[in-house]
Amino acid sequence: SLNCVEWSLLPPVTEEMVAQAEQLKGRFQGDPSFEYEYTEINAEDAERLFEDGKEPMIKEEARLVATIEQIDRAVGIVPRGAFVKTPLGSVHENRNFEGLSLMEAKKLSSYFHFTEPVNLKNKTLLEKADLDPSTDFLDSLEHDIPQGSWTVQPEKGGTVVVLRSLLWLGLTFYHVPMTKQYGYVYFGTGEKNFDLPFML
Amino acid sequence: MPDPKSRMLAIQNAKAYLLKSSTTSGLNLYDHLANMLTKILDEQPTNAVDIIENVSKDVKWAQFQKKMDTLRDEHEILPTFEAAEKCKALFLKANGEGDEELEEEIEETPLPNVMETAFYFEQAGIGLSKDESYHIFLALKKLISVQPIQTCRFWGKILGLEMNYIIAEVQYHEGEEEEETEEEEVIEEGRKGMGEVEEEDEDKEKEDQPPKSTYKPPPVIPKEENGTGANKYIYFVCNEPGKPWVKLPPVTPAQIVCARKIKKFFTGRLDAPVVSFPPFPGNEANYLRAQIARISADQISPIGFYQFAEEEGDEEEEGEGGGRDTYEENPDFQPLSVPEMVDSLSTWVHHVQSILEQGRCVWINPFQKSEQEEEEEEEDEEQEKAEEPDELQQEIGPPLLTPLSADEGIQNMPAWTAQPSTNLIPQYAVAILQSNRWPGAYAFASGKKFDNIYFGWGHKYSPENHTPALPPPVQAEYPSGPDVTEASDPTLEEELAFKAAREEALASAEEEEDEEDVEDDEEEDDD
Repeated sequence: SLNCVEWSLLPPVTEEMVAQAEQLKGRFQGDPSFEYEYTEINAEDAERLFEDGKEPMIKEEARLVATIEQIDRAVGIVPRGAFVKTPLGSVHENRNFEGLSLMEAKKLSSYFHFTEPVNLKNKTLLEKADLDPSTDFLDSLEHDIPQGSWTVQPEKGGTVVVLRSLLWLGLTFYHVPMTKQYGYVYFGTGEKNFDLPFML
Repeated sequence: MPDPKSRMLAIQNAKAYLLKSSTTSGLNLYDHLANMLTKILDEQPTNAVDIIENVSKDVKWAQFQKKMDTLRDEHEILPTFEAAEKCKALFLKANGEGDEELEEEIEETPLPNVMETAFYFEQAGIGLSKDESYHIFLALKKLISVQPIQTCRFWGKILGLEMNYIIAEVQYHEGEEEEETEEEEVIEEGRKGMGEVEEEDEDKEKEDQPPKSTYKPPPVIPKEENGTGANKYIYFVCNEPGKPWVKLPPVTPAQIVCARKIKKFFTGRLDAPVVSFPPFPGNEANYLRAQIARISADQISPIGFYQFAEEEGDEEEEGEGGGRDTYEENPDFQPLSVPEMVDSLSTWVHHVQSILEQGRCVWINPFQKSEQEEEEEEEDEEQEKAEEPDELQQEIGPPLLTPLSADEGIQNMPAWTAQPSTNLIPQYAVAILQSNRWPGAYAFASGKKFDNIYFGWGHKYSPENHTPALPPPVQAEYPSGPDVTEASDPTLEEELAFKAAREEALASAEEEEDEEDVEDDEEEDDD
């Protein structure tokens, strides 16, 4: 939506949309039907694309939805314990979740990425023994590369904890300790911060 | 009657089974079910059957808690409480004085109306929460009561890794500025140290003294005086309202030039070192000040609000391109309507001098002052080379009060994006501008009011990725000349040929000498 009154449905995202959108740089225009042309593509890629019969133009709405998917995948986080996994494998919300305690909320390890876990299998057996399979089935934040790509700040004297991602500047996650409230929003230009390693 | 008897027996068996204690936890099901039902009947939750498992879990959990607590919990001092204590200081009025202060404040207060500004920015969806704005308001009031301040403005908030910065832009009363410590000497000594280290590395070949380093550090460009150019305003920062305000040191051109090349996050501690290449001359406080200077150079106001001061006589300063550096409020300002402010960018102007490549607002020729710097440098030969034809072009920035339409865009975007705060109620809409060059810088205008503010990380927007400068190539240790360069040794044939040729020459030379000797002898004999 452009004015919060009229909403239009975005197309569902596909992997190739994401791959295409990753190559685009620069700000969004604000017009969903704007079409981008590729500015830098190798000759090989161009040939490959032309062979498939597709044109190297991508619409802004595709780029938008691909960016949303990227952000969700990379930095969509939830507190530990908010979601549980049943022995059957399905994941659902934990109605019993009362929030993290203040001490836990300040640690990065109490937050998980809300996507398919990547690093879970790499942990040593010893660490795995400590995990609780119903709540610890996702990747924790403390192993994010590069180290320190999240800032944790207690605000208002500790009544709310705010995590900000430095990889996607503008992603803010909040949680009120000892309550069920948490959530994340993104306000920004929709561009990944590639300069992160230089800036830390 | 078998049925009731067997039924009784069955009931007893069942109860006995229920009362059997579990081997792992020591509870038994009977008690557990009894507790659960008691809890449910007490609390009477809706849809009890759906949450029965959770209730069961809660009851079990509660069991363990009560058993182990024989100590009394020490009252934890919540950090909330501590934060509130700090803020309490803000809310107290200054003791003593009392009525006199009230009168003074009502007349002319340098305190900006932060809440009003916050309201206008809120129309655009920018700003901090009301709580925080109010705390900042009170913190500014405290700052004013402590320092001799003429004008003050809430500049914005810069986010950091561990803590954030709240920044106030301030101008002192004339004549009340404090002396600054000399930081330039420290920087120069650092450079000298580099020169000496290079000297030691050089080969001590055949000379008694190590050859002198030919490294000439580029002349240090003097910083601008307090109150002019990039140092026009003084900035105070604090991490949170309630914490004491810290004054930032004035910025030097070297810091600005370096800050342009690096891109680092702020940690939130002013004394943190800034590790980067090219090495930043200073710590985080200096880097913060340099970024603030760069962002402030981009501040804008509606056209006509400021006008140039009346003629003050000679304005020609050394190397200046005839630009003016002062402005004052225009008492006859007629505000333009909001649609006009939004439509074109030419209705806005920069009212802050832009920073040149050199790092200052007013260009200065560094070589003219080299004589003064002679006293501080060691060797004497280097100064003669100051006449080298390094002709620096005089840099002229855009003159003050240029409209925004002259700003160059980034790729195909203008430097600023304008929009009204609402399309639905145009009578009360506010014109909002977002900067595309510095994401996080906003400006608003509504009638006679306008302001700039910054909320962000403190970095410029660059469509390209940041590439740090490569270190320069290692300096040649000594100039390569024929006496130092290696030549390949002559081969055997060449040597033999050379020897043969030399013997021939010797032979002929001896013959000549013999003849000369003979002649000399004859002459002596004659005498």
